[in-house]
Amino acid sequence: MTTTPTSGAASPPRIADAAMLPSGAETAATSRRRRTRGGAYWQAAPMALVFLLFFVLPLVVVLVVSFWQYNSYSITPAFVFDNYAGVFDGCLASLPSLCTTFATYLSTIKFCLLVWATTLVLGFTIAYFLAFHIRTTTMQIVLALVCIIPFWTSNVIRMISWIPLLGRNGLINQILVGSGLVDHPVEWLLYSDFAVTLAFVHLLTAFMLVPILNSMMRIDRSLIEAARDAGASGAQVLWNVVIPLSKTGITIGSIFVVTLVMGDFITIGVMGGQQIASVGKVINVQTSYLQFPLAAANAVVLLIATLGIIFTLTRFIDIRKEL
Amino acid sequence: MPNRAADLELAAVVKSYGETIAVDKVSLKIPAGTYCCLLGPSGCGKTSTLRMIAGHESISDGDVMIGNTIVNDLPPARRGTAMMFQNYALFPHLNVRDNVAFPLKMAGVGKAERHQRAGELLGMVDMARYAERLPAQLSGGQQQRVALARALVTNPTVLLLDEPLSALDPFLRVRMRAELKRYQRDFGISFVHVTHSQEEAMALADMVVLMNDGRIEQVGSPREVFNAPRTRFVAQFMGSHNIVPDGERSFAVRADRLRLSASPGGVAGTRATVTDVEYQGMTVNVAMRCADGTDFLATLPEAEYDRMPVAIGDEVAVDWAAADRHELAA
Repeated sequence: MTTTPTSGAASPPRIADAAMLPSGAETAATSRRRRTRGGAYWQAAPMALVFLLFFVLPLVVVLVVSFWQYNSYSITPAFVFDNYAGVFDGCLASLPSLCTTFATYLSTIKFCLLVWATTLVLGFTIAYFLAFHIRTTTMQIVLALVCIIPFWTSNVIRMISWIPLLGRNGLINQILVGSGLVDHPVEWLLYSDFAVTLAFVHLLTAFMLVPILNSMMRIDRSLIEAARDAGASGAQVLWNVVIPLSKTGITIGSIFVVTLVMGDFITIGVMGGQQIASVGKVINVQTSYLQFPLAAANAVVLLIATLGIIFTLTRFIDIRKEL
Repeated sequence: MPNRAADLELAAVVKSYGETIAVDKVSLKIPAGTYCCLLGPSGCGKTSTLRMIAGHESISDGDVMIGNTIVNDLPPARRGTAMMFQNYALFPHLNVRDNVAFPLKMAGVGKAERHQRAGELLGMVDMARYAERLPAQLSGGQQQRVALARALVTNPTVLLLDEPLSALDPFLRVRMRAELKRYQRDFGISFVHVTHSQEEAMALADMVVLMNDGRIEQVGSPREVFNAPRTRFVAQFMGSHNIVPDGERSFAVRADRLRLSASPGGVAGTRATVTDVEYQGMTVNVAMRCADGTDFLATLPEAEYDRMPVAIGDEVAVDWAAADRHELAA
C-alpha cells in the first residue's frame, strides 16, 4: 500500500526505456552485462586460488592419504579402510568400557565444552560491560586493547607463566600453606584437568570476546531504550534483546574456541604434564612415527567430530543469514 | 478504545549536563487529549524535555506530573507514557506481531492473549497482513505504523513521539501526518510530538510549544502563535513574517499582508528594490531590500502579481494596513 506510489513511479520509465531501446543497443547491453559477470569471476579468482591451494588441496591430500596402506618402512597408495578400522580398533567389541580412541575423544570433547562454556560466560560478560557500561568510545577502545594486547605474546609463554604460580611450590601453594589454610600443597593446581582448562580459558577468551563485542557494538542503543520503555527489566532486556542480537558474535566466537580446543595438543601437553590424552596429541605421535595414513584417518575423524559440534552450534543460529 | 486520558504538567523542569543547561525551568500544562507539538531548532531542549517526560533522562530539578502523580522517579513503563522513537527502534529479530506484543510479554501476559491484543492493534493501524514480516521487510511508513501499534498496545495516557516523521520522504510525511492526527483523535489521549518543522506543528497541533535555548518562547494554538508571535525569534522561526525595525523595538507583518505599488507617484509606504522573484504556483514571492538594509518578503497571489508584475531591480513601494502591524516584545 505505501510501497505502491514508489513502485508505480519507478516502473513506467523502465518500460518506456525498454520500448525505445533499438535492437542493436539491446544486444550491446546484453553482451556488456555478460562481460561484467565474467569480470566478477576474475576479481574473485586470486582469493579462490589461495583458498584452493592452501585449504582445499591439503584437505584433499589428507583425505586421499587416509585410505593408503602403510607398514613400518613404506607408504603405498591404495584405497583401503584399514586405517579407519585401526582408529576404532576394538572399540565396538569392548563396549560398554571405552577404548582408547573413544576415551581420548571424550576427554577432548569434555575440555571443549568446559572451555566453551567458560569463555562464553567470560567473553559475553566482558563484552557486555565494554559495550553497555563504558560511556566513552576512547575508554572502550583502551579497555578492549587491554584485553587484546596480551595476545601479542606467544601462546607457549603465556601457558608456561602459569607454572610458577600453580606448581607444587608455586606462589599459590606457598600462600595457602603459609596462611595455614591447607596443611599440604594442593596437588590438582598444576598438571591436571584444572590447569588445562585454566590455560585454555586464558588463551581463548579473546577469541570469544572480540566477535561478541563486535556484535554488541552494532546494537542500536535506542532498542535498549525501547525495551525499557516497554517495561523490560534489566534481565529482560538482556534475555530478549541483547542476547538474540549478539548471537552472530556468540556463534563465531564458539567456532573459534571449539576448533582451537579440538585440534590442540600443546596446551593439553604442557599444562597436563604430558599425562592427559588428546586427539591432537595422538595425531602428533602418529606422524612422528611416520604413520601418516593412520594420522590422516584420525584427522578426518577429528574433522568430522569438530564439524558435528559446529553444526550443532550453528543450528543455534543461522549464521549465513547474519553474515 | 478505553483510555485513561490524563493531564501532563511540567513544573520548573531543569535538565543540566554539568555546566550546560539543556532545559531551563520549563513549566507547561498539557490538558488530557491534546495534540501538543514541542517545536524548535535543534539544540533547543525539546528532545531533552520529551525524554524527561518519558523517563529516559533523569530530571535535574523540578517535577513532571501525569494525572495526580509525580512521576520523576518512576521507570518509563510505570508512568503511563509510551514513546515512539525517531527511527522507530523496532526489534530487528522479532516479527511485526512479536514487536507489538513485546510490552505485553514484558508484563507477563500469556502468549495467546498478547498475540490477540497485538492483532487488534495491527488491525487498527491497517498492518494485520504483515504480522509475520520482519521489520527489515517493511517500508518506512509501515515501520512507523508498527512502532505506533507497539507504543499504543499498553493503553498509555500520553504518547511521546520523537521526530516521528523525519525519517520519511516528503510525500509519505504528509500522509503519515494525517494518520497521526487521526489516531490521536481516535484514542483520545495526549500526543506530545517533538519536531523542528513549523509546518508539521501547524498542521497537527492543538497546542504549539515553541522552544529556544532551553526555554519556552511561546505557547498557544498554531493560529495564535503564527498570528501573534511574541518575540522576534518566534516570528522568524514561524516564517512568512517580515520583521521591521522601529527605533529600539521591532514589529512583524505577515508576508501575505504586504501591498506593493509602483514606486514613483508619491504613494505612501517604504521604498524598496526588488532583489528576487520566485514563482510558487498559486503565489509569487517577491523579495525586496530597502535603502536602510531591511529585507522584505511579499507573498502575492498569482493574479495580484499579474496586475503589477515586477522584475529584479525595479523600485517599488511597500505598505500594509495598520491592523497588520504586530508589535514584538524583543
